Amino acid sequence: MNNPGERLTYLGLRLATYGVVLVIGYILADIIWHGIPALNWAFLSTPPQQSGGAGGILPAIVGTFYLVSGTLLVALPLGIGGALYLSEYATRNRLTMAIRLAISTLAGVPSIVFGLFGLGLFVIFCNFGASILAGALTLACMVLPTIIVACEEALLAVPQGLRSSSLALGATKWQTIRTNVLPYSLPGMLTGTILAIGRAAGETAPILLTAAAFFLPRLPGSIFDQVMALPYHLYILATQHPEAEKVRPMQYATALVLLLLVLGITMGATILRSKFRKKYRW
Amino acid sequence: MAQRQWQEKAIHLTLVAMATTSLLVVALIFLFLGKEAIPFLQEPGIARLLDRQWMPVSFQLEHFGLLPLLSGSLVVTLTATLITVPFSVMAAIYIAEIARPLEREFLKPFIELLASIPSVVLGFFGLVVLAPLVKGLFGLPSGLNGLTGGLLLALMAIPTVISISEDAIMSVPRHLKQASLALGASELQTILKVTVPAALPGIIAAIMLGMGRIVGETMVVMMVTGNAALVTLNPFQSVRTMTATIAAEMGEVSFGSVHYSALFCVGVVLMLVTFVLNLGAQRVLKRYGMMS
Amino acid sequence: MVNDTPKIQVQTLNFFYGPTQALFDITMDIPPRRVTALIGPSGCGKSTFLRTLNRMNDIIDGARVTGEVLIDDNNIYAPGTDVVRLRRNVGMVFQKSNPFPKSIFDNIAYGPRIHGVKKQAELVEIVERSLTRAALWDEVKDRLHKNAMGLSGGQQQRLCIARALAVDPEILLMDEPASALDPKSTARVEELIGELRDQYTIVIVTHNMQQAARVSDLTAFFYEGELIEFDRTNRIYTNPAKKQTEDYITGRFG
Repeated sequence: MNNPGERLTYLGLRLATYGVVLVIGYILADIIWHGIPALNWAFLSTPPQQSGGAGGILPAIVGTFYLVSGTLLVALPLGIGGALYLSEYATRNRLTMAIRLAISTLAGVPSIVFGLFGLGLFVIFCNFGASILAGALTLACMVLPTIIVACEEALLAVPQGLRSSSLALGATKWQTIRTNVLPYSLPGMLTGTILAIGRAAGETAPILLTAAAFFLPRLPGSIFDQVMALPYHLYILATQHPEAEKVRPMQYATALVLLLLVLGITMGATILRSKFRKKYRW
Repeated sequence: MAQRQWQEKAIHLTLVAMATTSLLVVALIFLFLGKEAIPFLQEPGIARLLDRQWMPVSFQLEHFGLLPLLSGSLVVTLTATLITVPFSVMAAIYIAEIARPLEREFLKPFIELLASIPSVVLGFFGLVVLAPLVKGLFGLPSGLNGLTGGLLLALMAIPTVISISEDAIMSVPRHLKQASLALGASELQTILKVTVPAALPGIIAAIMLGMGRIVGETMVVMMVTGNAALVTLNPFQSVRTMTATIAAEMGEVSFGSVHYSALFCVGVVLMLVTFVLNLGAQRVLKRYGMMS
Repeated sequence: MVNDTPKIQVQTLNFFYGPTQALFDITMDIPPRRVTALIGPSGCGKSTFLRTLNRMNDIIDGARVTGEVLIDDNNIYAPGTDVVRLRRNVGMVFQKSNPFPKSIFDNIAYGPRIHGVKKQAELVEIVERSLTRAALWDEVKDRLHKNAMGLSGGQQQRLCIARALAVDPEILLMDEPASALDPKSTARVEELIGELRDQYTIVIVTHNMQQAARVSDLTAFFYEGELIEFDRTNRIYTNPAKKQTEDYITGRFG
């Protein structure tokens, strides 16, 4: 770090890094700063009025909650089951390789393509219509690869010795998994899943075509109902509202709620994960 | 005894079935994209996709040329990549090799935070803050263009690229660095001449994965690129990407119409592009043993 | 060499990991209630051989076995063999002590529980008996419900032995059980093996020749996947029949 050229390079690297940090900070600050003034209890607890220009965002919050819960309900068991198979049962054969290829392919599919797929399969072919069911199934397909990978990681973290000891004591494979693998990997699987679900909560493109309603100032009655959703509501308010400039405070407040929701889920899961990692240090 | 063995077998089969879901979903994606896209290829035919215009609703003749959409996706992808690469690689080097442990503890999660900001929030920020800034800075009639889109997409790709590049840099064997240091190279020379070249395949794969994310991103581009279907490579012009086209138009078409089928054709092309990018990245990672 | 009917009879056993063959035509009779040591340089196949005796190799991808292993005259590789029942009868202790991250009590009770023992009184009795046999009872009786991970390395290994004893096996396989322990704990484990020898058929893998000499009645020398020599331990150490065995014992290689 002696000559000026080197010092300049170090400075450049540091500037690039903190440049990124600064931009992130600025975005967060901007949303929070402008969002807080319009945020109040009434906003969170009442339905929108005048196509979203007034009132609150309750149906959108509830809709997102339903969609996310539905996604979790479908994707979590499938993800855990798939990961269990891959890490505990699968041998090196064609099927395993095909499944692995499918998972990595799925992870790269653009979210709007999931939307098209959900539209074709769930909305039209299965005749669910644009609904909570179709949206949650579409989102579940989208987060499935992330969940499988996270669950597999959690399973791999359980020391092999626990499995062999249990098998050597005459436990069957499933007894071994149930008593000596699942209990220690479940926290990791759950937090990994929550991280994936957090991302799903902020996704717009897949539900655009499969679940989201433009303006629906009442709460959904069944899983075959269309719903409002926070990300879609923000999109509509920001781009489709006739007086976009005027309702800016509402837009900012909606963005803030969405941001807090997603970051809250993500950070909560991250903190839980590091806690569990400390608990089981092998 | 027999009951226990049956139970084991049943559980095994259930898990196989659950694992096969991913395979099924991929197959169904190809099947349903194909099923809805094929009618267009039959009537009015694949040649219509080679048109230079995308004008799906018209009183005279509709145009379904993919060229403007491809050029739109290309403009924002290239712009975003050009911004992403230097920042990500530099930040990855800094975080992996230079930052102090405490600094790393802060930088890594903070940059990962960026990855979890919903794209629609970034799009909103772009619309309200960035677009006017770009407009003013470059004296343009509108800030809704390829550059604004590219800047925001770069933000979406940066955390992915940083995190994978950083892994690649960290996985360079210690003895390589030590050999270089022992020869009297400075720390910086070692980083730039030994560590980074050794990690290059991983960094390239990271960039390809980042590009995959950029090409497939929808909300940001739909909100800030202006959505004019022009054939252009100028980032200061308004552009319309493949993703935005699908998202914006699918809600307004009638099922089974030519326009509907054309949008699925766009989906197929988009799927293929991202598929190739991801496959390429995985090949690189696998070839250089950076993936299990 | 020993007059009892053999407990384990191994007949022309071959073992493959995918395309590579790890064991070649192993034939040997292991007598009951004796300690049989398997020695040889690392990679000679002694651990692999040990694991064929309770079919632990089954869990490895691409593993294949030919030949027979008869335990009490039943071929454990015969189709339809109940592997779970086999492993109940053939306990195993591993190189790295690996207690389950549960309480000491639950570690010992694990085997009996999965085999259907439900009564708490019975479990308590089994736990005390197993820990006593593994010479650990006095050290842990006051903290049975504390986590087993809190024990010292040597205690953990004896816990694993107690855990294996709790399912009442007739055969005990030990894969370098003391290689990760300090000298004092090693002595403790060796002493324990001595105490267990008249009730169990023990097969122990070790690459510590002094240990093999101290604890075993019989010694088998493996080299490159073949059984070179198998005889009484004192004969192997004082008057080996094969040149390779002598070279290894005298420290010319390995």
